[in-house]
Amino acid sequence: MAQRFEIRFSGAGGQGLITAGIILAEAASINEGKHAVQSQSYGPEARGGASKSEVIISDEPIDYPKATVVDACLAMTQESADKYANGIKPGGVLLIDSDFVKSVPAGDFKVVKIPIMRTAKEEVGREIVANVVALGAMIALTDVVSREAGLKAVLAKVPEAFLDLNEKAYSVGFEKVKEALDA
Amino acid sequence: MAKKVALLQGNDACAQGALYAGCNFFGGYPITPSTEVAEVLSIELPKRGGKFIQMEDEIAAMASIIGASLTGQKVLTATSGPGVSLKQELIGYACIAEVPCVIINVMRGGPSTGMPTGPGQSDVQQAKWGTHGDHPVIALVPASVQEIFSETVRAFNLAEKYRMPVQVLYDEIVGHMRERIEFPEPGELEVINRTEPTVSPEDYKPFDPSFGDVPPLAAFGSEYRFHVTGLNKAADGFPTTKANLVDDEQRRQIRKVDGAQPEIELNEEYLTEDAEVIIFAYGSTSRSARYAVNEMRKEGIKVGLFRPITLWPFPEKRIAELGKQAKAIVVAELNLGQMNLEVERVTKGSCEVPFLGRVDGEPINPGQIIDQVKEVK
Repeated sequence: MAQRFEIRFSGAGGQGLITAGIILAEAASINEGKHAVQSQSYGPEARGGASKSEVIISDEPIDYPKATVVDACLAMTQESADKYANGIKPGGVLLIDSDFVKSVPAGDFKVVKIPIMRTAKEEVGREIVANVVALGAMIALTDVVSREAGLKAVLAKVPEAFLDLNEKAYSVGFEKVKEALDA
Repeated sequence: MAKKVALLQGNDACAQGALYAGCNFFGGYPITPSTEVAEVLSIELPKRGGKFIQMEDEIAAMASIIGASLTGQKVLTATSGPGVSLKQELIGYACIAEVPCVIINVMRGGPSTGMPTGPGQSDVQQAKWGTHGDHPVIALVPASVQEIFSETVRAFNLAEKYRMPVQVLYDEIVGHMRERIEFPEPGELEVINRTEPTVSPEDYKPFDPSFGDVPPLAAFGSEYRFHVTGLNKAADGFPTTKANLVDDEQRRQIRKVDGAQPEIELNEEYLTEDAEVIIFAYGSTSRSARYAVNEMRKEGIKVGLFRPITLWPFPEKRIAELGKQAKAIVVAELNLGQMNLEVERVTKGSCEVPFLGRVDGEPINPGQIIDQVKEVK
């Protein structure tokens, strides 16, 4: 793994992207023993408007705790794509919810399109787990932690009554990316 | 057995560190970006027989911890710059009455309400000069989640050992970010409690200098009875205007920290041995600086980092030495010029002290520090 890998989750406030970032950081730092720092946007923008959560993962201690140039970025909405899908490393990757991000930011990075909200609603059964669908997709896309470490962190985070729902969301998100990459 | 680990927010680590140190009373008033400290303790303290009180404002919160401390409790309050401004009079009271207490300041910008959700490091001189009069000051500036835990424990130790308020200052970035923390086992970190009197209640004097610069402190509610006042006082705690007693008392209070500076001071140096330029930075800014040092070392630039963990008392001796070794000490902080004044004062012109400040709510990034270092001739 590269010394420093930066991931940004962005979307609308309330979509659970901060939770997705925390789960990824837990997967890396607790389940895989790597170093991880998670931070997020605070303030008025955190509710309703564009919101972001950043995770830095490294094999070595992490000094600067904020993103510099991100290796991978998720954008769930057009507004977040416009605001946060910048500063992606050349050769990096942008994952978008293809139902909501119609105007795809241009740049020297790969764009992967998945209808994340629709997948959560129609294939998993609940829109509320869209963040876990996105997390599964992001892990499949970046390989920054193992599939198992990610799932373990998801299951450690969610209430017991929702274990199956979240496991399904994670797996569907993961497989969607594999399909998209193979296509 | 493997240690317990977790991904924890800085403010949560502060609360956990306080519990480790034996904190059993929190009085506070919520304020961004410190509120999570109170939130965690409001859940955890009652479970352990401790008390959590949300007071009507920051002033009352400070008063509550002073009162609780005098009954023998280990006490904490947490706030941000605006709250610390309100607490100043009572911080002075805790100084003169020599009441152990810990004050957390999760720094945002200012003055006044400023930008509540943005980071700042503009309260660092306030920590020293905020309340009036001459008084000793201890202020700690952790830079990571793990260090917030350990420095909170150390703040309690210093407060109890030297019988005085101790402030822990960290910026919003460190307070809100999440990192992996390994919880120390009980007994792994030292936990110090105040010295209690051994003389009989009739013979007890709360400020008796014959016991040294830090006289033992009895608990209100025990068999010991004593007087507490904000006036200059004699050994028995009652007000005095006798010149020699007033002078002795103030000098003793300053001496208890000055005399113990080697024990209180804590710094980290990174690649300073051969450094021609040294960056002075603390809190989140020191993390940008460390990143910048690593980048510049790849280019062969001889640059290092001095990171105070104890900010007050100021590491005068070491900074003076580094000022003779280096061409420049670059000071980077999230304000418009505060600790650079202290670095200038102690280096006495032996090196340049370029300043890099930022107050727009964004962190100082490594690129800015690299640019500043490269400007040194």
